Amino acid sequence: MPQLDPTFFGTQLFWLAVCFIVLYVLMARVAIPQLGGILKQREDKIQGDLESAQKLKEETKSVIAAYEKALADARSQAQALSRETADAASAESSRRQQEVATRIAGELAAAERRIAEARATAMAGVRNMAAEVAGSAFARLTGAPADQTKVTAAVDAALKGGA
Amino acid sequence: MAGPLEQFKIKPLIELPKLGGIDISYTNSALWMTIAVAVVMLFLVLGSRQRALVPGRWQSMAEMSYEFVSNMLTDQTGAAGKPFFPFVFTLFMFILAGNLLGMVPYSFTFTSHIIVTFGLAFVVFLGVTVIAFIKHGVHFFSFFVPKGVPAVMLILLVPIEILSYLIRPVSLSIRLFANMMAGHTMLKVFAGFVIGLGVLGGWAPMALNVVLTGFEVLVALLQTYVFAVLTCIYLNDALHLEH
Repeated sequence: MPQLDPTFFGTQLFWLAVCFIVLYVLMARVAIPQLGGILKQREDKIQGDLESAQKLKEETKSVIAAYEKALADARSQAQALSRETADAASAESSRRQQEVATRIAGELAAAERRIAEARATAMAGVRNMAAEVAGSAFARLTGAPADQTKVTAAVDAALKGGA
Repeated sequence: MAGPLEQFKIKPLIELPKLGGIDISYTNSALWMTIAVAVVMLFLVLGSRQRALVPGRWQSMAEMSYEFVSNMLTDQTGAAGKPFFPFVFTLFMFILAGNLLGMVPYSFTFTSHIIVTFGLAFVVFLGVTVIAFIKHGVHFFSFFVPKGVPAVMLILLVPIEILSYLIRPVSLSIRLFANMMAGHTMLKVFAGFVIGLGVLGGWAPMALNVVLTGFEVLVALLQTYVFAVLTCIYLNDALHLEH
């Protein structure tokens, strides 16, 4: 078995040492910094991207919050405006109603007054006519002319009693 | 035809003067170690040279090996193991390249040599022990004394603990070496059958060799992982002195 021949142990160990040390130095100086640098750079990049994504997300959140606040403000403003308008409208309508009611009441009073006047006139007419009728009826029954003043008084009394 | 073990033969390619009485000729083993270093560096550095934010396939593979070893180390040792990442990553990639390059026909698998795997395992063992001593000082020896055990049992258990600690580099190196050697030998044996049985009968061992090749790739990956993960576990023991 060539492996157990000590003739070449020396040279193998020597070249093993040389090659291994050369490789170690090259690895430590060149390969490991390069690969480690690439991996670090990638990790940093990913970390940075994640952070900026987080920042953007927070920005979005604040923008959404601002938008919602503006929306709520506008809504409450609109509600206030509509309430104000409704109040004004109802005040106006109740004022008009009041006005109309007052006018109607006035007209009603005038009408009542006119009716009372008409009634009084009519009553006066009825009294005169009744007095005349009663006078002529008295004359016809008795043949003597009636005392008009007495007849009128009697009619008044009768009207009062009847009324 | 070459025997199944022929592939493990060390062949000096460039004769070099001895260094302190040791022959340091540049061999086929050294050549494939050099290729492994080059392949690892090309794979990792060239693949990620664009430093793309969204990686392509190649860069993705380079990053995956980095993160795989990084996660493995963190899982085993926690944050304390961070400073040893370059070593563990180098170890992982070096063994991985050695194992996988060994799957290339006509190549040489340097991880199939016990002296190479033992060299690596011994560096791990020595490093881990030194780290433990630096971190815990004499308190390190408490590692060999299991907690909550009657004093009488300790007479038996402490030598076992010490032995199991000392055997670590051996088991670590033999596991990788034996797996690589056995797999490659088996491939070669069945390849020999293909030739031996000829055009008519050679198809069965050929089919088996195809399956075995896939299996060997798996073993190459798995044994790399095992070696690296055991290194991490030993490192964790040294850092935290826990059983």
